[in-house]
Amino acid sequence: MTATYTLPDERGHFGDYGGRYVPETLMQAILELEKEYKKAREDEIFQAELQALLRDYVGRQTPLYYADNLTKYAGGAKIYLKREDLNHTGAHKINNSLGQALLAARMGKKKIVAETGAGQHGVATATACALLNLECTIFMGEEDIRRQQLNVFRMELLGAKVVGVKSGSATLKDAVNEALRYWVTNVEDTHYILGSVMGPHPFPMLVRDFQSVIGNETRQQYLEKEGKLPDTVVACIGGGSNSMGMFYPFIKDESVRLIGVEAAGLGTDTDKHAASLTKGSPGVLHGALMYLLQNEHGQIQEAHSISAGLDYPGVGPEHSYLKDSGRAQYESITDDEAMEALMLLCKLEGIIPALESSHAVAYALKLAPQMKKSEGLVICLSGRGDKDVETVRTRLGGEGK
Amino acid sequence: MNRIEKVFQNLKESNEKAFVPYIMAGDGGLDTLAEKITFLENAGATAIEIGIPFSDPVADGPVIQQAGIRALQSGTTLREVLAKIREIRPIVHIPLIFMTYMNPIMAYGIGNFIADASKSGVDGLILPDLPAEEEGIIATIAERAGIEIVRLVTLTSPLERIQEIANKGKGFLYAVTVNGITGARKGFNEELGKHLQNVKNVSPIPVLAGFGISEPSHVEEMIQHCDGVIVGSKIIELFESGKLDEIETLIAASKPESIKL
Repeated sequence: MTATYTLPDERGHFGDYGGRYVPETLMQAILELEKEYKKAREDEIFQAELQALLRDYVGRQTPLYYADNLTKYAGGAKIYLKREDLNHTGAHKINNSLGQALLAARMGKKKIVAETGAGQHGVATATACALLNLECTIFMGEEDIRRQQLNVFRMELLGAKVVGVKSGSATLKDAVNEALRYWVTNVEDTHYILGSVMGPHPFPMLVRDFQSVIGNETRQQYLEKEGKLPDTVVACIGGGSNSMGMFYPFIKDESVRLIGVEAAGLGTDTDKHAASLTKGSPGVLHGALMYLLQNEHGQIQEAHSISAGLDYPGVGPEHSYLKDSGRAQYESITDDEAMEALMLLCKLEGIIPALESSHAVAYALKLAPQMKKSEGLVICLSGRGDKDVETVRTRLGGEGK
Repeated sequence: MNRIEKVFQNLKESNEKAFVPYIMAGDGGLDTLAEKITFLENAGATAIEIGIPFSDPVADGPVIQQAGIRALQSGTTLREVLAKIREIRPIVHIPLIFMTYMNPIMAYGIGNFIADASKSGVDGLILPDLPAEEEGIIATIAERAGIEIVRLVTLTSPLERIQEIANKGKGFLYAVTVNGITGARKGFNEELGKHLQNVKNVSPIPVLAGFGISEPSHVEEMIQHCDGVIVGSKIIELFESGKLDEIETLIAASKPESIKL
């Protein structure tokens, strides 16, 4: 089945999931985006320009690092880290922001709108806009603005206008609502740089493709180092962009287990988590049919996670499809487990991972001991933890251990 | 013939324009729904658009968002609204059209929802997050049950697309008059009159203008170019502040001079 994987179909569906559930005002814009993207994908000049920027500006390729100390600690499979944390702006988000900003410029759009949760996608988008001289407006929940003051300042320093969102829970989901409303109003000269593999078609496909550089590099690097493919690949999931970028190039390699790790927050048996695939059900939000956290009446519920980047009540349509088809497996990790993994990676490897990525590390540490020493496991270390240091400090009581 | 088609046939015969107000079910408590509907019918509404609250209404501006939040806080559910409509349907003669987003309907179950909406006497559905590309999920089954899908066309829709969309429907076409979300506007794009004329030229069904219409003067201007208007945010505000006489004035603006009080 997966040997011939060609999704999405031409209407942007992954099985039942995905699609284009957007106001009519946006239809022309997303149809045009799809057409222009397909042209750009085949255009060697566009691809060469993107590759050059990824190399010289972002700092790709990122290393695939063999974590010897972590491997010894876990006592099982060899553990590799795909170092997306070493990208310019500190996370995988720049891969997509830069790709879409180039596409927008190619389409003649001068203005960009984007949403952000913790601020990583906002910073990456503000960066790409500064580079390509595009006017940038970022919507961010007031609650997130309060939690991530420094990232707000970073975006402003990069020339972006940050607009606070008070509606709803004043977090990422509401920032997406407001960015969509802004786009509906300014659609004629504005491109929306969506930050994850969600939203209406073609966004889930387009973001996946721009993030696939993660999986493509990993596949090649692992083959070079080990002469075979990894047995298991682990990545964290909020909306699902770093994991989709990591998984996609491995989908046809049926021997490779793909494991997505959601945020279990205070626990999946509480109502404070962000485990949409584990605990949610299919529905329509932000332009796509996908797994959502919702009540029996179809009202969207607030997500919770210690990491703002996973604090979203849905998971992109392709992950929803991969879950149902069984090609990928989805697990969850609590706030406490992620914190522990973060501290462990600091001490064992001298790497401060983002709280988001720490979820993947935590699950890998549960899995590796159950695997053979001859087997290999790759963790997508999607971002660095500089942005989280304050959260971690507060959590530890202000002075570390 | 569906109640919506009949009402528009009557309007056409008497050379009148339509006025469709929007209210949010459950705003002020579900108990107020019957009196609001009766008031609007008596004031001369052609049909009533009834909003079903959704937590994430991306096509709506602040006024309808707030009304939705108030409705959800008072515990409004789609199931209860359907039951309430069923109860009051015998005393209301004009078409009742639900406006909501796909997710509450999907959570209810599309088939179950259409069956229950039909039993309650719901005449039409407006789904702002369901463009033509995705409507297969609900349109056929709704039409089989005699529930009209009221489709939206916008300033960004090319004329060919508008024609295709208009040809799918039997009730009326909802022409969105601004690039943007619901809510009052001071002015409109000067090309709007021409746009509405173009839409009317390709549409076999009546064309109603909506989004941003808030003043009697807007109503009077819009009906020069199309078959009627839809007013949402302003109606909600006027109910909220108890200015019922201003609602009557707005509706009267859609009537020929001779009928005005």
